[in-house]
Amino acid sequence: MAKKLLDILSERFGSSIVLSTHDQCGDETAVLDAAHWREVATFLRDDPRCKMNMLVDLCGVDHIWDSQRLEVVAHLNSLELGHRLRIKARVGDEDCEGAVIDSLVPVWVGANWFERETFDMFGIRFEGHPDLRRILLYEEFEGHPLRKDYPAAKTQPLVPYREGPDVLGKLPPFGPDEGMVFGRKHLDYMKEED
Amino acid sequence: MGELTKPTSSRVIQAGESGFATTKFNELLAWARKYSLFQYPFVTACCAMEFMATASPRYDVARFGAEAPRFTPRQSDVLWVVGTISQRQAPILKRVYEQMTEPKWVIAFGTCASCGGFYDNYATLAGIDKVVPVDVYIPGCPPRPEAVLDGLLLLQDKIASMDTTPGVVKPRHDPAQNLVNLRRKTEDSAG
Ligand code: SF4
Repeated sequence: MAKKLLDILSERFGSSIVLSTHDQCGDETAVLDAAHWREVATFLRDDPRCKMNMLVDLCGVDHIWDSQRLEVVAHLNSLELGHRLRIKARVGDEDCEGAVIDSLVPVWVGANWFERETFDMFGIRFEGHPDLRRILLYEEFEGHPLRKDYPAAKTQPLVPYREGPDVLGKLPPFGPDEGMVFGRKHLDYMKEED
Repeated sequence: MGELTKPTSSRVIQAGESGFATTKFNELLAWARKYSLFQYPFVTACCAMEFMATASPRYDVARFGAEAPRFTPRQSDVLWVVGTISQRQAPILKRVYEQMTEPKWVIAFGTCASCGGFYDNYATLAGIDKVVPVDVYIPGCPPRPEAVLDGLLLLQDKIASMDTTPGVVKPRHDPAQNLVNLRRKTEDSAG
C-alpha cells in the first residue's frame, strides 16, 4: 500500500528532491533533499492520497564516518488511511557545520519538542522553530551528547563536587573520581583526550 | 548491619527495678532524637517502589519512629535520597539539604544514589555524596525493605553514639539460600 506512497512522491517531486527510496520488510523510506524538507512534508499532509496527519517521531542520527554527518529522521502515520512512511534527510558536513533544516512545526505542531530534543542532543538547528532551546539538558551544558565524538562518560556538573570534609566533618567515603567505574578505564574507545 | 565502634552508655530501667539512672545530657538527647526521625523523601526513580513497601504496614517503618514524612525540608531530620539523581537535579538536592535544620542526616537509598549505579554517562550524578554528605549507604538495585530497615537502624545507632562517619549496610543472609542448601543436602544424602 505504501509502496504506492513512494511512487506518488517520486512522481510528484522527481529524483532531485526524492533522492532515493527503499522499503525493508514493508518499512517504506524516502530519502529527501534537506532543502525541500518542509515542502515534501506539507505535501504529505495535504494530499488526499497521503493524508499523513500524525507525526509519530522525529530524531537525529550521527553517521560519524560519512561526509554528510548528521541526519534527521521523521516517522509519519496516517490515522485515516492507515499507512506509515519514514522520511530522512542529511544535513551538515563532516564537522557538523551548517547542520540546518526547516522546522516541521508549521506542518505538525507536535514537532516542537521533538525538534528541541534533536537540537539538544545533536545540535541540528531547525529554521523557523518558535522556541529552539535545550529541552532535556541545561543551558550551561557544552556540546551535544549524542554526537558520537562526545566522550561517553564526560559529565558537566552544575554544582562543584565535594573534595573533603564539610562543616560537620562528614567525609565522602568514595574519592572524587570514584563511583560508576566498572573498569571502564581499560576501554580505549572511551578515553578522553586532554 | 554495620558495626559500631563506640558503645552507648544509656540503659533502659527494667520493670520492677527501682533507683536512678545516670546518663550524659548529650546521650539523652541523642536517644530522644533517634526515635523521632522526621523524614523528607527525595524520591526520583524506581527505588521508590521499595521505599513505599518499607513505609507500608507489612514492613512498617513506624515501628522505628520514622514514619512521619514532612514535605518541607525545614521540618525534617532525615533526607532519604531514593533513586537516580541527574546532573540537572543536583542543585535542587543540594538546596534541599541546605534548607534542612541541624541536626540532619542523609540516607542514600539504592545503588544509584550511592554511586550512580549503572548510569555511567553525561547525565547522571555519580553518587549523591559528590554533592551532599551521606550518613548511611544502602546498596541494592533496589534494596529489599529489610536492607532499608537495617539502614535505618544503623542510622539510629550512629545517632545514639554520635558517630559521624558514613556507614554501608552489609548484605543479609538470603533466605532463598536455605532452600538451596537444603536441596543440596538431600541430594548429597540420596547420592
Ligand atoms: S538503584 Fe536500581 S532500582 Fe534504585 S533507582 Fe537506581 S536503577 Fe532504580
